[in-house]
Amino acid sequence: MYSKGPDTVVIMSPEHAEYLRKEKFTQHAIRVSRILLLLLLFALWEAAAAFKWIDPFIMSQPSRILRTILTLSKDGSIFLHTGVTVYETVLGFISGTVLGTLIAIVLWWSDFTARVLDPYLVVLNALPKTALGPVILVWAGGTTGSIIIMALLISVVVTILNVYLSFRTCDEDKIKLLKTFGATRLQILRKVILPFSIPSIISVLKINVGLSLVGVIVGEFLVSRAGLGYLIIYGGQVFKMDLVMTSVLILSVVAAFMYLSVSWIERKLLKMR
Amino acid sequence: MDKVVELIDVSMNYHTPEGETQAVKNLSLSVDKGEFISIVGPSGCGKSTVLSLISGILKPSSGAIQINGMPVDGPSQNVGYMLQRDHLFDWRTVRSNAVIGLEIQKKLNNTSIKYVERLLDEYGLSEFKDHYPKQLSGGMRQRAALIRTLAANPDILLLDEPFSALDYQTRLALSEEIWLIIKKEEKTAILVTHDIAEAVSMSDRVLVLTKRPAEIRSEHPIVLTCALHTPISCREAPEFRHYFNTIWKELDIHV
Repeated sequence: MYSKGPDTVVIMSPEHAEYLRKEKFTQHAIRVSRILLLLLLFALWEAAAAFKWIDPFIMSQPSRILRTILTLSKDGSIFLHTGVTVYETVLGFISGTVLGTLIAIVLWWSDFTARVLDPYLVVLNALPKTALGPVILVWAGGTTGSIIIMALLISVVVTILNVYLSFRTCDEDKIKLLKTFGATRLQILRKVILPFSIPSIISVLKINVGLSLVGVIVGEFLVSRAGLGYLIIYGGQVFKMDLVMTSVLILSVVAAFMYLSVSWIERKLLKMR
Repeated sequence: MDKVVELIDVSMNYHTPEGETQAVKNLSLSVDKGEFISIVGPSGCGKSTVLSLISGILKPSSGAIQINGMPVDGPSQNVGYMLQRDHLFDWRTVRSNAVIGLEIQKKLNNTSIKYVERLLDEYGLSEFKDHYPKQLSGGMRQRAALIRTLAANPDILLLDEPFSALDYQTRLALSEEIWLIIKKEEKTAILVTHDIAEAVSMSDRVLVLTKRPAEIRSEHPIVLTCALHTPISCREAPEFRHYFNTIWKELDIHV
């Protein structure tokens, strides 16, 4: 009776075809410009170092970075350090998200607890968690454990606040509807609160990728055993700027890759709904 | 006749840190089996509170509420509630939305599923069972919401302005349709509305409430002479205008 069929056949006018063609061209131009800009920056850097406008010993140089990557690839250490950082970050943001969501559930379940803990959360949220780095290092020792705790700590408070907020913004009438069927609190949580909050939880996951990486890098600075953070701090200490720049470059690729992976998971999950 | 719903001297107060609000005061009413009654009243007068009390999700401050002669203690499976907006869950298909009440009441079995399938087929949603609510029009969504309420097979339906979020044409068509469904499934219904014409055309009886705290101001048994006894054709009845005017005057609305 009121069907809004998505399968209506559209006959394209020449005007619309022209519009689509222009739109496609613009998108293509943007993509090409992005790559050209990157190449230009690297070329400029390379030239600046080659013509001694800048000191390659301090500023490093793309060709030297490439050489460093090759050397590190040969003995496999680059894969080890990247792997360690990725592993710690993934563990950090997953545990931060899961733990944060669980705590948010507790807060939703007991309004009294939520009201008691409110000022603590505010303070913890404002506190730069990296300040706790040395404390964690002393308590948990210079292990991978400390680094993961650092990553978790940095993401858990944001997760609690965001997920709890999402729980609370769920429409009261949706809850009322389930109550009219005689739903228990657990049923309300499972049938409406959690499914309603999935998009928020995923967007928190995206924030947590970045935050965990901060935690992991700071943790690796402090623990100094392995990982890209370790390479950066070690390179800095022995004044091997090639190593520092190489690690930073790999780090940015890793960060982008992890962010894109979570975005991909998000799209898959939301499509299922 | 059997009284299926009975409120005796019911009062309801809301408490907030800012103070106390008396929403309902000494309200008594009863509804017979198969009857369709409407409650009209000025906005914010506590009409919805009356429904929440009958459904058992709110407890009255004083007085007694009985369903089929039994005192109400929490939500009853005999009572179905239909809200102003459909509140279909975006992440569930129409079919899955329709059975959510059964899931909660742990009554999901072959018989109940068959019943829901029949309702969906019979009331024009057969092709849309696997669609998501976003793909449906407002009228269809509200019909799906009614089926969700009917799925749990309640004897009594509480309708809380179920048409107010719809445009006028859809609203007329759907109120006709839902009235027919309710009559066909032999349910008792209590409709809360601010639309006098809707109340008069659909009900056997109209109750007019006062401003807050809500008390019963008057009661109008509706007798309309119309060939086809359905809401739209009843709007043609000669008595329609008379009821409309009387109730309008009683509502005493000043803008």
